[in-house]
Amino acid sequence: MASKPILHYVNGRGRMESIRWLLAVAGVEFEEVFLETREQYLKLQEDGYLLFHQVPLVEIDGMKLTQTRAILSYLAAKYNLYGKDLKETALINMYTDGTLDLMLLIALSYFKPAEQREKEIELVVEKAKSQYFTVFEKILKNHGQDFLVGNKFSWADIQLLEVILMIEESCPTALSNFPLLQAFKTRISNIPNIKKFLQPGSQRKPPPDDHYVATVKEILQF
Amino acid sequence: MAAKPKLYYFDGRGRMESVRWLLAAAGVEYEEQLFETAEEFENLIKGGKLMYQRVPMVEIDGMKMVETRAILRYIAAKYNLYGKDLKEQVLIDMYVEGMRDLYDIIMFLPLSFPEEKENLRYILEKATDRFLPVYEKVLKDHGKNYLVGNQLSWADIHLFELILMIEECKSDVLLTFPKLQEFKVRVSKLPRIQKFLQPGSQRKPPMDAAGLEVAKNIFKFSKGMFLKHGTTIIAEL
Repeated sequence: MASKPILHYVNGRGRMESIRWLLAVAGVEFEEVFLETREQYLKLQEDGYLLFHQVPLVEIDGMKLTQTRAILSYLAAKYNLYGKDLKETALINMYTDGTLDLMLLIALSYFKPAEQREKEIELVVEKAKSQYFTVFEKILKNHGQDFLVGNKFSWADIQLLEVILMIEESCPTALSNFPLLQAFKTRISNIPNIKKFLQPGSQRKPPPDDHYVATVKEILQF
Repeated sequence: MAAKPKLYYFDGRGRMESVRWLLAAAGVEYEEQLFETAEEFENLIKGGKLMYQRVPMVEIDGMKMVETRAILRYIAAKYNLYGKDLKEQVLIDMYVEGMRDLYDIIMFLPLSFPEEKENLRYILEKATDRFLPVYEKVLKDHGKNYLVGNQLSWADIHLFELILMIEECKSDVLLTFPKLQEFKVRVSKLPRIQKFLQPGSQRKPPMDAAGLEVAKNIFKFSKGMFLKHGTTIIAEL
């Protein structure tokens, strides 16, 4: 039997969270090694695990994969969550490049000085609503289907749910003008593997806190 | 016969240049609609053609594609430049993603503040210490002509493009990378690449002061974008 994938990262969301979502939804059990000190991080580098001296690192199928988007595409394809042909894959890539960018903005806002953070998060929430949720609401309205692409559950749906939940943590009413996204959120949340991942005790990570931010800064020295 | 792809961008390299390279390497003819003013760009947005109100946008095979990475992946897959299986594909993705940080800071160099004299030195240091050694080692370890699967792929095209960009910063940057020197010569001799390197091709020149003004007027850049992007080079976290 193939060994489980191993995820190397800080004990928090960051760039690894989308990978955790994708694996969990695909029903793939995985292990995690948490980086807590700079020494651990440097050791990974010295041992040649990190092609570009960066994490996330995922050990899977005999490979040491880095670069979040490379890892995500691999997993989406492997677990049949990437559309049925090149055009559907193209749409999924267009949608997920957007959601990943948005989630990165959220993640980075926690690294702003405390006095700027709230303002920054407000800006990101506004951007989420005007540039992203508006667009995805329209996509769902135009085709009237349950899922974003090809009338079939895909990685794009997982990403959209992930970012909706993230934005709602800062703004619980973020979906108030988006009825189709509200229905989408309920529908996707009820998919069994997702429902399970949303329960306490899963490998889903909480929002960044001061300890997480401090750990990241210590490990990466910035 | 299918319509040619059509590229929507301003008249400069930016993020569209990688698309131009890949289409050229694939031997695909394309058209360009290059806007020069903020008004033209805003009309494009108002016309509803840009999913996230941003360019690059490429009309191809009935789609209005945005997001450079999505566009490049589609072209690579369509024209057999994305490996023969999923494991080769992920290697190509990893190599291309790994180039992105360096690509971005070179791309944004013209937006540096005048007092940021360290930026060029920073770029060259990252190039020679972090990025180029990775690809030199890949080529050395397997001894093949191309990065992945002994066959030309998107990763090779992108690396070639990046090498030329770094050389525009410092012409002898490949001095200590013999495999990359051979690689560069090999790729530059491919007929479609040779053609793209000739004057008169759709390849765009480096950004000059006039081009920068045009870009700033259209996209409302702020200076200091270099530093913001410079932070991504420290860690992908």
